[in-house]
Amino acid sequence: MIEIRFHGRGGQGAVTCVELLAKAAISEGKYAQGFPSFGPERRGAPVMAFLRVDDVPIRLRQKIYQPDIVVILDPGLLHTKEIISGLKENGLIIANSAESVEQLRERLPYKQRLAIVDATKIALEVLRVPITNTTMLGALIRATNIVSKEAMIKALKERFGYLAERNKMAMERAFLETVVSG
Amino acid sequence: MGKRIGIEVSIAVAEAVKLCDVDVISAYPITPQTHIVERLSEIVADGELDAEFIPVESEHTAISVAAGASATGARVYTATSAQGLALMHEILFIVSSMRLPVVMTVANRALSAPISIWCDHSDIMAERDIGWIQTFAINGQETYDLTFHAFRVAEDHRVLLPAVVNFDGFTLTHVIEPIEMAEKEAVDRYLPPFQPKLRLDPDHPITMGPVGVPEIYSEARRQLEVSLLSSKKVIVEAWEEFGRIFGRYYHPIETYRTEDASTILITMGSATETAMLAVDSLRDKGQKVGLVYIRLWRPFPHEEFFEAVKEAKVIAVLDRAISYGMGGGPVFSEVKASLYNLTQRPYIKNFVAGLGGRDIPIENFIEMVDRAEFSAANGLPPTYEHLDVREE
Repeated sequence: MIEIRFHGRGGQGAVTCVELLAKAAISEGKYAQGFPSFGPERRGAPVMAFLRVDDVPIRLRQKIYQPDIVVILDPGLLHTKEIISGLKENGLIIANSAESVEQLRERLPYKQRLAIVDATKIALEVLRVPITNTTMLGALIRATNIVSKEAMIKALKERFGYLAERNKMAMERAFLETVVSG
Repeated sequence: MGKRIGIEVSIAVAEAVKLCDVDVISAYPITPQTHIVERLSEIVADGELDAEFIPVESEHTAISVAAGASATGARVYTATSAQGLALMHEILFIVSSMRLPVVMTVANRALSAPISIWCDHSDIMAERDIGWIQTFAINGQETYDLTFHAFRVAEDHRVLLPAVVNFDGFTLTHVIEPIEMAEKEAVDRYLPPFQPKLRLDPDHPITMGPVGVPEIYSEARRQLEVSLLSSKKVIVEAWEEFGRIFGRYYHPIETYRTEDASTILITMGSATETAMLAVDSLRDKGQKVGLVYIRLWRPFPHEEFFEAVKEAKVIAVLDRAISYGMGGGPVFSEVKASLYNLTQRPYIKNFVAGLGGRDIPIENFIEMVDRAEFSAANGLPPTYEHLDVREE
Protein backbone atom coordinates (compact mmCIF):
# COMPACT_ATOMS: atom_id res chain seq x y z
CA MET A 1 0.00 0.00 0.00
CA ILE A 2 1.18 3.50 -0.82
CA GLU A 3 0.14 6.40 1.39
CA ILE A 4 0.37 9.96 0.10
CA ARG A 5 -0.19 13.28 1.87
CA PHE A 6 -0.91 16.45 -0.08
CA HIS A 7 -0.15 19.90 1.28
CA GLY A 8 -1.73 22.93 -0.29
CA ARG A 9 -3.71 26.01 0.54
CA GLY A 10 -7.50 26.11 0.60
CA GLY A 11 -8.54 26.78 -3.02
CA GLN A 12 -5.52 25.21 -4.72
CA GLY A 13 -7.34 21.95 -5.23
CA ALA A 14 -5.52 19.46 -2.99
CA VAL A 15 -8.82 17.67 -2.35
CA THR A 16 -9.61 17.58 -6.07
CA CYS A 17 -6.15 16.17 -6.66
CA VAL A 18 -6.91 13.30 -4.32
CA GLU A 19 -10.33 12.79 -5.88
CA LEU A 20 -8.88 12.58 -9.40
CA LEU A 21 -6.12 10.20 -8.36
CA ALA A 22 -8.46 7.91 -6.44
CA LYS A 23 -10.85 7.75 -9.37
CA ALA A 24 -8.04 7.12 -11.85
CA ALA A 25 -6.53 4.34 -9.72
CA ILE A 26 -9.93 2.68 -9.21
CA SER A 27 -10.70 2.90 -12.93
CA GLU A 28 -7.50 0.91 -13.51
CA GLY A 29 -8.79 -1.87 -11.23
CA LYS A 30 -6.77 -0.81 -8.20
CA TYR A 31 -8.13 0.08 -4.77
CA ALA A 32 -7.90 3.62 -3.46
CA GLN A 33 -9.12 5.74 -0.61
CA GLY A 34 -9.03 9.53 -0.89
CA PHE A 35 -10.03 11.94 1.83
CA PRO A 36 -9.59 15.55 2.92
CA SER A 37 -8.23 16.61 6.28
CA PHE A 38 -11.53 16.42 8.08
CA GLY A 39 -12.93 19.69 9.22
CA PRO A 40 -13.73 23.23 8.20
CA GLU A 41 -11.43 24.51 5.47
CA ARG A 42 -10.57 28.11 4.72
CA ARG A 43 -9.40 29.60 1.47
CA GLY A 44 -5.69 30.39 1.62
CA ALA A 45 -4.99 28.49 4.83
CA PRO A 46 -2.71 25.43 4.74
CA VAL A 47 -4.76 22.29 4.08
CA MET A 48 -3.98 18.62 3.67
CA ALA A 49 -5.54 15.77 1.72
CA PHE A 50 -4.75 12.08 1.81
CA LEU A 51 -4.63 9.11 -0.51
CA ARG A 52 -4.09 5.38 -0.13
CA VAL A 53 -3.57 3.15 -3.17
CA ASP A 54 -3.23 -0.62 -3.12
CA ASP A 55 -3.74 -3.70 -5.27
CA VAL A 56 -6.06 -5.25 -2.68
CA PRO A 57 -9.12 -3.81 -0.89
CA ILE A 58 -8.14 -1.17 1.67
CA ARG A 59 -9.49 -1.77 5.16
CA LEU A 60 -7.30 0.68 7.03
CA ARG A 61 -9.34 3.76 7.98
CA GLN A 62 -7.06 5.45 10.44
CA LYS A 63 -5.27 8.70 9.62
CA ILE A 64 -2.11 8.62 7.55
CA TYR A 65 0.71 8.99 10.08
CA GLN A 66 3.71 7.83 8.05
CA PRO A 67 3.24 8.68 4.38
CA ASP A 68 5.43 7.23 1.67
CA ILE A 69 5.07 10.37 -0.40
CA VAL A 70 4.25 14.02 0.26
CA VAL A 71 3.15 16.37 -2.50
CA ILE A 72 3.44 20.11 -1.91
CA LEU A 73 1.25 22.28 -4.13
CA ASP A 74 2.42 25.62 -2.74
CA PRO A 75 6.10 26.69 -2.56
CA GLY A 76 5.27 28.87 0.45
CA LEU A 77 4.70 25.73 2.51
CA LEU A 78 8.03 24.05 1.75
CA HIS A 79 9.69 25.26 4.93
CA THR A 80 6.88 24.24 7.30
CA LYS A 81 7.65 21.38 9.65
CA GLU A 82 4.40 19.60 8.76
CA ILE A 83 5.80 18.71 5.33
CA ILE A 84 8.21 16.06 6.54
CA SER A 85 6.27 15.07 9.65
CA GLY A 86 6.14 11.26 9.72
CA LEU A 87 7.46 10.95 6.18
CA LYS A 88 9.29 7.64 5.79
CA GLU A 89 13.08 7.81 5.51
CA ASN A 90 12.96 6.18 2.11
CA GLY A 91 10.03 8.41 1.18
CA LEU A 92 9.64 10.94 -1.59
CA ILE A 93 8.93 14.67 -1.58
CA ILE A 94 7.28 16.05 -4.70
CA ALA A 95 7.45 19.81 -4.56
CA ASN A 96 6.20 22.77 -6.53
CA SER A 97 9.26 25.01 -6.56
CA ALA A 98 11.18 27.33 -8.87
CA GLU A 99 14.36 26.44 -7.02
CA SER A 100 16.76 23.67 -7.98
CA VAL A 101 17.18 20.41 -6.06
CA GLU A 102 20.54 21.69 -4.72
CA GLN A 103 19.07 24.98 -3.54
CA LEU A 104 16.23 23.22 -1.72
CA ARG A 105 18.54 20.68 -0.12
CA GLU A 106 20.74 23.48 1.13
CA ARG A 107 18.02 25.49 2.83
CA LEU A 108 15.62 22.74 3.94
CA PRO A 109 16.14 19.66 6.15
CA TYR A 110 14.91 17.20 3.52
CA LYS A 111 16.65 13.82 3.66
CA GLN A 112 14.24 11.97 1.41
CA ARG A 113 14.27 11.76 -2.37
CA LEU A 114 13.08 14.89 -4.15
CA ALA A 115 11.09 15.59 -7.30
CA ILE A 116 10.70 19.21 -8.31
CA VAL A 117 8.71 21.10 -10.87
CA ASP A 118 7.84 24.80 -11.19
CA ALA A 119 4.12 24.09 -11.20
CA THR A 120 3.07 27.69 -10.48
CA LYS A 121 4.83 28.87 -13.64
CA ILE A 122 3.27 26.10 -15.73
CA ALA A 123 -0.20 26.67 -14.24
CA LEU A 124 0.01 30.43 -14.89
CA GLU A 125 1.14 29.91 -18.47
CA VAL A 126 -1.20 27.07 -19.39
CA LEU A 127 -4.23 27.54 -17.15
CA ARG A 128 -3.73 31.28 -16.45
CA VAL A 129 -4.52 30.71 -12.77
CA PRO A 130 -2.10 29.78 -9.97
CA ILE A 131 -4.02 26.58 -9.22
CA THR A 132 -1.41 23.85 -9.28
CA ASN A 133 -3.27 20.65 -8.48
CA THR A 134 -3.62 19.18 -11.96
CA THR A 135 -0.11 20.33 -12.86
CA MET A 136 1.32 18.55 -9.84
CA LEU A 137 -0.43 15.36 -10.95
CA GLY A 138 2.02 15.30 -13.87
CA ALA A 139 4.95 15.47 -11.45
CA LEU A 140 3.47 12.72 -9.30
CA ILE A 141 2.95 10.39 -12.26
CA ARG A 142 6.47 11.09 -13.52
CA ALA A 143 8.03 10.35 -10.14
CA THR A 144 5.91 7.34 -9.12
CA ASN A 145 3.82 5.72 -11.88
CA ILE A 146 1.09 5.43 -9.27
CA VAL A 147 -1.52 5.62 -12.03
CA SER A 148 -1.12 5.63 -15.78
CA LYS A 149 -1.22 8.90 -17.68
CA GLU A 150 -4.15 7.53 -19.71
CA ALA A 151 -6.25 6.82 -16.60
CA MET A 152 -5.42 10.28 -15.28
CA ILE A 153 -6.50 11.95 -18.50
CA LYS A 154 -9.75 10.03 -18.43
CA ALA A 155 -10.39 11.19 -14.86
CA LEU A 156 -9.61 14.80 -15.88
CA LYS A 157 -12.12 14.58 -18.72
CA GLU A 158 -14.83 13.23 -16.45
CA ARG A 159 -14.20 15.89 -13.85
CA PHE A 160 -13.61 18.99 -15.99
CA GLY A 161 -15.41 18.39 -19.29
CA TYR A 162 -14.27 21.00 -21.82
CA LEU A 163 -11.74 22.44 -19.34
CA ALA A 164 -9.96 19.10 -19.22
CA GLU A 165 -7.82 19.82 -22.27
CA ARG A 166 -5.86 22.66 -20.68
CA ASN A 167 -5.47 20.73 -17.44
CA LYS A 168 -4.16 17.81 -19.45
CA MET A 169 -1.65 20.13 -21.15
CA ALA A 170 -0.48 21.46 -17.78
CA MET A 171 -0.16 17.92 -16.45
CA GLU A 172 1.80 16.70 -19.46
CA ARG A 173 4.12 19.67 -19.38
CA ALA A 174 4.84 19.05 -15.70
CA PHE A 175 5.44 15.40 -16.52
CA LEU A 176 8.19 16.46 -18.93
CA GLU A 177 9.72 19.19 -16.75
CA THR A 178 9.83 17.36 -13.42
CA VAL A 179 13.34 16.75 -12.12
CA VAL A 180 13.62 13.61 -10.01
CA SER A 181 16.70 13.26 -7.85
CA GLY A 182 17.81 10.41 -5.60
CA MET B 1 -23.17 -6.64 -12.46
CA GLY B 2 -22.92 -2.95 -11.79
CA LYS B 3 -19.93 -0.82 -12.56
CA ARG B 4 -17.23 -0.35 -9.92
CA ILE B 5 -16.21 3.30 -9.73
CA GLY B 6 -14.37 5.68 -7.43
CA ILE B 7 -16.94 7.92 -5.77
CA GLU B 8 -17.38 9.88 -2.56
CA VAL B 9 -19.59 7.84 -0.26
CA SER B 10 -22.06 10.72 0.30
CA ILE B 11 -22.48 11.14 -3.46
CA ALA B 12 -23.03 7.40 -3.80
CA VAL B 13 -25.80 7.61 -1.17
CA ALA B 14 -27.48 10.37 -3.19
CA GLU B 15 -27.23 8.21 -6.33
CA ALA B 16 -28.80 5.29 -4.42
CA VAL B 17 -31.69 7.51 -3.31
CA LYS B 18 -32.15 8.56 -6.93
CA LEU B 19 -32.30 4.92 -8.06
CA CYS B 20 -34.97 4.34 -5.40
CA ASP B 21 -37.22 6.81 -7.23
CA VAL B 22 -38.17 8.74 -4.12
CA ASP B 23 -41.09 11.16 -4.42
CA VAL B 24 -40.16 13.64 -1.72
CA ILE B 25 -36.85 14.72 -0.20
CA SER B 26 -37.08 17.10 2.70
CA ALA B 27 -33.82 18.04 4.34
CA TYR B 28 -31.77 20.72 5.99
CA PRO B 29 -28.01 20.73 5.37
CA ILE B 30 -25.66 20.01 8.25
CA THR B 31 -22.02 18.92 8.22
CA PRO B 32 -21.07 16.12 7.55
CA GLN B 33 -24.35 15.12 5.88
CA THR B 34 -24.25 18.10 3.47
CA HIS B 35 -22.91 16.44 0.33
CA ILE B 36 -25.83 13.99 0.21
CA VAL B 37 -28.52 16.66 0.11
CA GLU B 38 -26.49 19.02 -2.09
CA ARG B 39 -26.17 16.27 -4.68
CA LEU B 40 -29.84 15.32 -4.34
CA SER B 41 -30.99 18.90 -4.85
CA GLU B 42 -28.81 18.98 -8.00
CA ILE B 43 -30.28 15.69 -9.22
CA VAL B 44 -33.83 17.01 -8.76
CA ALA B 45 -33.02 20.45 -10.25
CA ASP B 46 -31.43 18.82 -13.30
CA GLY B 47 -34.55 16.74 -13.87
CA GLU B 48 -32.72 13.45 -13.34
CA LEU B 49 -35.26 12.51 -10.68
CA ASP B 50 -38.95 13.42 -10.70
CA ALA B 51 -39.25 14.34 -7.02
CA GLU B 52 -40.09 17.27 -4.80
CA PHE B 53 -37.02 18.58 -3.02
CA ILE B 54 -38.39 20.59 -0.12
CA PRO B 55 -35.80 22.87 1.45
CA VAL B 56 -36.83 23.69 4.99
CA GLU B 57 -35.66 26.01 7.76
CA SER B 58 -34.76 23.36 10.32
CA GLU B 59 -34.48 19.64 10.91
CA HIS B 60 -37.63 19.74 13.02
CA THR B 61 -39.46 20.81 9.88
CA ALA B 62 -37.48 18.44 7.66
CA ILE B 63 -38.79 15.42 9.55
CA SER B 64 -42.28 16.94 10.00
CA VAL B 65 -42.55 17.44 6.24
CA ALA B 66 -41.23 13.92 5.71
CA ALA B 67 -43.95 12.57 8.02
CA GLY B 68 -46.70 14.50 6.26
CA ALA B 69 -45.50 13.52 2.81
CA SER B 70 -45.15 9.88 3.80
CA ALA B 71 -48.69 9.90 5.20
CA THR B 72 -49.97 10.82 1.72
CA GLY B 73 -48.38 7.67 0.34
CA ALA B 74 -45.15 9.19 -1.04
CA ARG B 75 -41.74 7.53 -0.84
CA VAL B 76 -39.80 9.92 1.37
CA TYR B 77 -36.12 10.44 2.17
CA THR B 78 -34.22 12.70 4.53
CA ALA B 79 -30.73 12.86 6.02
CA THR B 80 -29.12 14.60 8.95
CA SER B 81 -26.38 14.59 11.61
CA ALA B 82 -25.83 15.37 15.29
CA GLN B 83 -27.70 18.53 16.41
CA GLY B 84 -29.98 18.11 13.42
CA LEU B 85 -31.02 14.65 14.56
CA ALA B 86 -31.45 15.96 18.10
CA LEU B 87 -33.73 18.71 16.80
CA MET B 88 -35.88 16.05 15.10
CA HIS B 89 -36.23 14.15 18.38
CA GLU B 90 -39.92 14.67 19.23
CA ILE B 91 -41.10 13.94 15.69
CA LEU B 92 -39.06 10.74 15.33
CA PHE B 93 -41.39 8.92 17.75
CA ILE B 94 -44.42 10.15 15.85
CA VAL B 95 -43.08 8.86 12.51
CA SER B 96 -42.57 5.36 13.87
CA SER B 97 -45.79 5.20 15.85
CA MET B 98 -47.77 6.41 12.83
CA ARG B 99 -46.04 3.61 10.90
CA LEU B 100 -44.61 5.89 8.21
CA PRO B 101 -41.80 4.21 6.24
CA VAL B 102 -39.52 7.24 5.95
CA VAL B 103 -35.87 6.44 5.25
CA MET B 104 -33.18 8.61 6.80
CA THR B 105 -29.41 8.54 6.49
CA VAL B 106 -27.58 9.72 9.59
CA ALA B 107 -23.99 10.86 9.05
CA ASN B 108 -22.89 10.14 12.60
CA ARG B 109 -21.38 13.10 14.38
CA ALA B 110 -20.67 14.18 17.95
CA LEU B 111 -23.13 16.33 19.87
CA SER B 112 -22.21 19.76 21.23
CA ALA B 113 -20.75 21.10 23.55
CA PRO B 114 -17.96 21.72 22.79
CA ILE B 115 -18.97 22.08 19.16
CA SER B 116 -17.64 19.15 17.16
CA ILE B 117 -18.43 18.41 13.54
CA TRP B 118 -16.52 15.12 13.71
CA CYS B 119 -17.58 11.54 14.06
CA ASP B 120 -18.86 9.64 17.01
CA HIS B 121 -22.12 7.82 17.73
CA SER B 122 -23.64 10.03 20.42
CA ASP B 123 -26.22 11.46 18.00
CA ILE B 124 -27.91 8.16 17.18
CA MET B 125 -27.37 6.68 20.65
CA ALA B 126 -29.60 9.42 22.06
CA GLU B 127 -32.26 8.12 19.63
CA ARG B 128 -31.99 4.43 20.40
CA ASP B 129 -35.59 4.12 21.55
CA ILE B 130 -37.43 5.97 18.79
CA GLY B 131 -38.91 2.80 17.31
CA TRP B 132 -37.03 3.00 13.99
CA ILE B 133 -35.09 0.21 12.32
CA GLN B 134 -31.41 1.14 12.66
CA THR B 135 -28.43 -0.26 10.76
CA PHE B 136 -24.73 0.66 10.80
CA ALA B 137 -22.47 0.59 7.73
CA ILE B 138 -18.77 -0.19 7.95
CA ASN B 139 -17.75 1.14 4.52
CA GLY B 140 -19.02 2.96 1.44
CA GLN B 141 -20.37 -0.10 -0.34
CA GLU B 142 -22.43 -1.05 2.69
CA THR B 143 -23.79 2.46 3.10
CA TYR B 144 -24.89 2.40 -0.52
CA ASP B 145 -26.40 -1.10 -0.28
CA LEU B 146 -28.15 -0.49 3.04
CA THR B 147 -29.98 2.46 1.47
CA PHE B 148 -31.88 0.18 -0.93
CA HIS B 149 -32.45 -2.32 1.84
CA ALA B 150 -33.89 0.35 4.15
CA PHE B 151 -36.65 1.31 1.68
CA ARG B 152 -37.49 -2.30 0.90
CA VAL B 153 -37.87 -3.28 4.56
CA ALA B 154 -39.54 -0.07 5.72
CA GLU B 155 -42.28 -0.31 3.08
CA ASP B 156 -42.95 -4.03 3.51
CA HIS B 157 -46.54 -4.36 4.75
CA ARG B 158 -45.37 -6.72 7.48
CA VAL B 159 -43.17 -3.90 8.77
CA LEU B 160 -44.26 -0.33 7.83
CA LEU B 161 -41.69 1.37 9.99
CA PRO B 162 -39.15 4.12 9.36
CA ALA B 163 -35.49 3.18 9.02
CA VAL B 164 -32.17 4.86 9.76
CA VAL B 165 -28.95 3.98 7.94
CA ASN B 166 -25.97 5.12 10.03
CA PHE B 167 -22.63 5.88 8.44
CA ASP B 168 -19.75 7.64 10.11
CA GLY B 169 -19.22 11.35 9.56
CA PHE B 170 -16.06 12.21 7.59
CA THR B 171 -14.45 8.76 7.97
CA LEU B 172 -17.12 7.57 5.52
CA THR B 173 -19.08 10.62 4.33
CA HIS B 174 -16.07 12.40 2.81
CA VAL B 175 -14.07 9.42 1.55
CA ILE B 176 -13.67 8.56 -2.11
CA GLU B 177 -13.45 4.81 -2.51
CA PRO B 178 -14.49 2.04 -4.89
CA ILE B 179 -18.20 1.29 -4.90
CA GLU B 180 -20.02 -1.05 -7.21
CA MET B 181 -22.95 0.97 -8.50
CA ALA B 182 -26.28 -0.76 -9.04
CA GLU B 183 -28.15 -1.01 -12.33
CA LYS B 184 -31.54 0.70 -12.35
CA GLU B 185 -33.18 -2.46 -13.61
CA ALA B 186 -31.78 -4.48 -10.68
CA VAL B 187 -32.92 -1.87 -8.16
CA ASP B 188 -36.40 -1.92 -9.68
CA ARG B 189 -36.49 -5.68 -9.26
CA TYR B 190 -35.38 -5.37 -5.65
CA LEU B 191 -37.57 -2.43 -4.69
CA PRO B 192 -41.11 -2.45 -6.06
CA PRO B 193 -43.08 0.83 -6.03
CA PHE B 194 -44.37 1.83 -2.60
CA GLN B 195 -47.93 0.64 -2.00
CA PRO B 196 -49.21 2.45 1.08
CA LYS B 197 -51.63 0.48 3.21
CA LEU B 198 -53.36 3.63 4.41
CA ARG B 199 -52.88 7.14 3.14
CA LEU B 200 -54.20 10.65 3.57
CA ASP B 201 -56.55 11.23 0.66
CA PRO B 202 -59.19 14.01 0.57
CA ASP B 203 -61.60 11.68 -1.27
CA HIS B 204 -61.33 9.01 1.41
CA PRO B 205 -60.66 10.93 4.59
CA ILE B 206 -59.05 9.18 7.54
CA THR B 207 -57.38 10.48 10.71
CA MET B 208 -53.83 9.55 11.58
CA GLY B 209 -52.18 10.04 14.94
CA PRO B 210 -55.13 11.28 16.99
CA VAL B 211 -55.27 11.32 20.78
CA GLY B 212 -54.53 7.92 22.30
CA VAL B 213 -56.66 7.77 25.42
CA PRO B 214 -55.49 5.41 28.19
CA GLU B 215 -57.80 2.71 26.78
CA ILE B 216 -55.84 2.60 23.49
CA TYR B 217 -52.34 4.07 24.03
CA SER B 218 -50.79 0.93 25.50
CA GLU B 219 -52.04 -1.16 22.59
CA ALA B 220 -50.73 1.32 20.03
CA ARG B 221 -47.30 1.33 21.64
CA ARG B 222 -47.26 -2.44 22.09
CA GLN B 223 -48.11 -2.79 18.42
CA LEU B 224 -45.14 -0.62 17.50
CA GLU B 225 -42.87 -2.71 19.69
CA VAL B 226 -44.11 -6.00 18.27
CA SER B 227 -43.73 -4.69 14.71
CA LEU B 228 -40.17 -3.58 15.33
CA LEU B 229 -39.17 -6.83 17.05
CA SER B 230 -40.71 -8.97 14.33
CA SER B 231 -39.25 -6.85 11.53
CA LYS B 232 -36.00 -8.81 11.94
CA LYS B 233 -37.43 -11.64 9.86
CA VAL B 234 -38.18 -9.28 6.98
CA ILE B 235 -34.82 -7.52 7.40
CA VAL B 236 -32.98 -10.83 7.04
CA GLU B 237 -35.18 -11.91 4.14
CA ALA B 238 -34.51 -8.61 2.36
CA TRP B 239 -30.75 -9.08 2.81
CA GLU B 240 -31.01 -12.58 1.35
CA GLU B 241 -32.88 -11.22 -1.65
CA PHE B 242 -30.29 -8.43 -1.97
CA GLY B 243 -27.57 -11.07 -2.09
CA ARG B 244 -29.36 -13.00 -4.81
CA ILE B 245 -29.71 -9.90 -6.99
CA PHE B 246 -26.52 -7.98 -6.24
CA GLY B 247 -24.15 -10.73 -5.06
CA ARG B 248 -23.34 -9.09 -1.73
CA TYR B 249 -24.67 -10.80 1.39
CA TYR B 250 -25.42 -9.09 4.68
CA HIS B 251 -26.46 -10.35 8.12
CA PRO B 252 -27.60 -8.71 11.37
CA ILE B 253 -24.34 -9.73 13.07
CA GLU B 254 -21.10 -10.39 11.22
CA THR B 255 -18.08 -12.30 12.42
CA TYR B 256 -14.43 -12.03 11.43
CA ARG B 257 -11.99 -14.78 12.39
CA THR B 258 -14.04 -15.80 15.43
CA GLU B 259 -13.41 -19.54 14.92
CA ASP B 260 -11.79 -20.79 18.18
CA ALA B 261 -11.44 -17.16 19.38
CA SER B 262 -11.24 -16.83 23.15
CA THR B 263 -11.30 -13.01 22.99
CA ILE B 264 -13.72 -11.14 20.78
CA LEU B 265 -13.79 -7.43 19.91
CA ILE B 266 -17.20 -5.84 19.32
CA THR B 267 -17.51 -2.86 16.97
CA MET B 268 -20.02 -0.90 14.91
CA GLY B 269 -19.36 1.48 12.02
CA SER B 270 -16.25 2.57 10.17
CA ALA B 271 -13.77 1.52 12.87
CA THR B 272 -14.60 -2.10 12.06
CA GLU B 273 -12.27 -2.67 9.14
CA THR B 274 -9.33 -1.17 11.04
CA ALA B 275 -10.20 -3.53 13.91
CA MET B 276 -9.99 -6.45 11.42
CA LEU B 277 -6.38 -5.49 10.73
CA ALA B 278 -5.69 -5.52 14.48
CA VAL B 279 -7.22 -9.02 14.64
CA ASP B 280 -4.98 -10.12 11.74
CA SER B 281 -1.91 -8.82 13.50
CA LEU B 282 -2.82 -10.54 16.80
CA ARG B 283 -3.64 -13.79 14.99
CA ASP B 284 -0.21 -13.62 13.33
CA LYS B 285 1.27 -13.62 16.83
CA GLY B 286 -0.79 -16.69 17.71
CA GLN B 287 -3.44 -14.95 19.84
CA LYS B 288 -6.93 -16.37 19.52
CA VAL B 289 -8.75 -13.13 18.79
CA GLY B 290 -11.78 -12.46 16.62
CA LEU B 291 -14.16 -9.65 15.80
CA VAL B 292 -17.94 -9.38 15.85
CA TYR B 293 -19.59 -6.35 14.34
CA ILE B 294 -23.15 -5.28 14.79
CA ARG B 295 -24.88 -4.26 11.57
CA LEU B 296 -28.45 -4.37 12.86
CA TRP B 297 -28.72 -2.18 15.95
CA ARG B 298 -32.52 -2.01 16.14
CA PRO B 299 -34.19 -4.43 16.45
CA PHE B 300 -31.23 -5.82 18.39
CA PRO B 301 -30.48 -9.32 17.05
CA HIS B 302 -30.12 -11.12 20.39
CA GLU B 303 -30.03 -14.69 19.00
CA GLU B 304 -27.50 -13.93 16.27
CA PHE B 305 -25.36 -12.01 18.72
CA PHE B 306 -25.41 -14.86 21.21
CA GLU B 307 -24.45 -17.36 18.49
CA ALA B 308 -21.53 -15.17 17.44
CA VAL B 309 -19.99 -14.72 20.88
CA LYS B 310 -21.06 -17.81 22.83
CA GLU B 311 -17.61 -19.46 22.78
CA ALA B 312 -15.70 -16.37 23.87
CA LYS B 313 -14.16 -16.06 27.32
CA VAL B 314 -13.44 -12.33 27.05
CA ILE B 315 -15.32 -9.64 25.17
CA ALA B 316 -13.98 -6.13 24.54
CA VAL B 317 -16.69 -3.70 23.43
CA LEU B 318 -15.93 -0.45 21.62
CA ASP B 319 -18.25 2.48 22.24
CA ARG B 320 -18.11 5.79 20.40
CA ALA B 321 -20.52 7.41 22.86
CA ILE B 322 -20.95 7.67 26.61
CA SER B 323 -24.07 6.68 28.49
CA TYR B 324 -23.73 9.45 31.06
CA GLY B 325 -24.16 8.39 34.62
CA MET B 326 -24.36 4.69 33.79
CA GLY B 327 -20.64 4.04 33.45
CA GLY B 328 -19.51 3.10 29.97
CA GLY B 329 -21.22 3.29 26.62
CA PRO B 330 -24.56 2.23 25.18
CA VAL B 331 -23.25 -0.73 23.13
CA PHE B 332 -21.71 -2.08 26.34
CA SER B 333 -25.08 -1.81 28.13
CA GLU B 334 -26.91 -3.64 25.35
CA VAL B 335 -24.31 -6.37 25.02
CA LYS B 336 -24.31 -7.00 28.74
CA ALA B 337 -28.10 -7.03 28.89
CA SER B 338 -28.28 -9.37 25.92
CA LEU B 339 -25.93 -11.91 27.53
CA TYR B 340 -27.10 -11.62 31.14
CA ASN B 341 -29.30 -14.71 31.09
CA LEU B 342 -26.50 -17.02 30.00
CA THR B 343 -25.33 -19.45 32.63
CA GLN B 344 -21.71 -19.09 31.53
CA ARG B 345 -21.21 -15.44 30.84
CA PRO B 346 -18.05 -14.11 29.21
CA TYR B 347 -15.99 -11.40 30.89
CA ILE B 348 -17.07 -8.14 29.24
CA LYS B 349 -14.96 -5.01 29.26
CA ASN B 350 -15.85 -1.71 27.65
CA PHE B 351 -13.65 0.86 25.94
CA VAL B 352 -14.85 4.32 25.05
CA ALA B 353 -12.80 5.72 22.17
CA GLY B 354 -13.12 7.77 19.02
CA LEU B 355 -15.21 10.57 20.51
CA GLY B 356 -15.59 13.74 18.45
CA GLY B 357 -13.42 12.45 15.60
CA ARG B 358 -10.51 11.17 17.69
CA ASP B 359 -8.75 8.61 15.50
CA ILE B 360 -8.94 4.91 16.48
CA PRO B 361 -5.77 3.42 14.99
CA ILE B 362 -4.89 -0.28 14.91
CA GLU B 363 -2.83 0.07 18.11
CA ASN B 364 -5.96 1.10 20.02
CA PHE B 365 -7.66 -2.19 19.18
CA ILE B 366 -4.61 -4.18 20.18
CA GLU B 367 -4.58 -2.27 23.46
CA MET B 368 -8.28 -3.08 24.00
CA VAL B 369 -7.61 -6.79 23.59
CA ASP B 370 -4.55 -6.67 25.85
CA ARG B 371 -6.26 -4.70 28.59
CA ALA B 372 -9.43 -6.81 28.49
CA GLU B 373 -7.43 -10.05 28.70
CA PHE B 374 -5.27 -8.64 31.50
CA SER B 375 -8.32 -7.52 33.49
CA ALA B 376 -10.00 -10.89 33.02
CA ALA B 377 -6.88 -12.85 33.98
CA ASN B 378 -6.35 -10.76 37.10
CA GLY B 379 -9.93 -10.82 38.27
CA LEU B 380 -10.38 -7.04 37.97
CA PRO B 381 -13.98 -5.81 37.98
CA PRO B 382 -15.51 -5.83 34.49
CA THR B 383 -15.90 -2.14 33.96
CA TYR B 384 -15.09 0.47 31.35
CA GLU B 385 -12.08 2.57 30.41
CA HIS B 386 -11.49 5.52 28.16
CA LEU B 387 -8.76 4.93 25.61
CA ASP B 388 -6.29 7.54 24.54
CA VAL B 389 -7.62 10.36 26.70
CA ARG B 390 -5.73 12.86 28.86
CA GLU B 391 -7.01 12.64 32.42
CA GLU B 392 -5.35 15.83 33.71
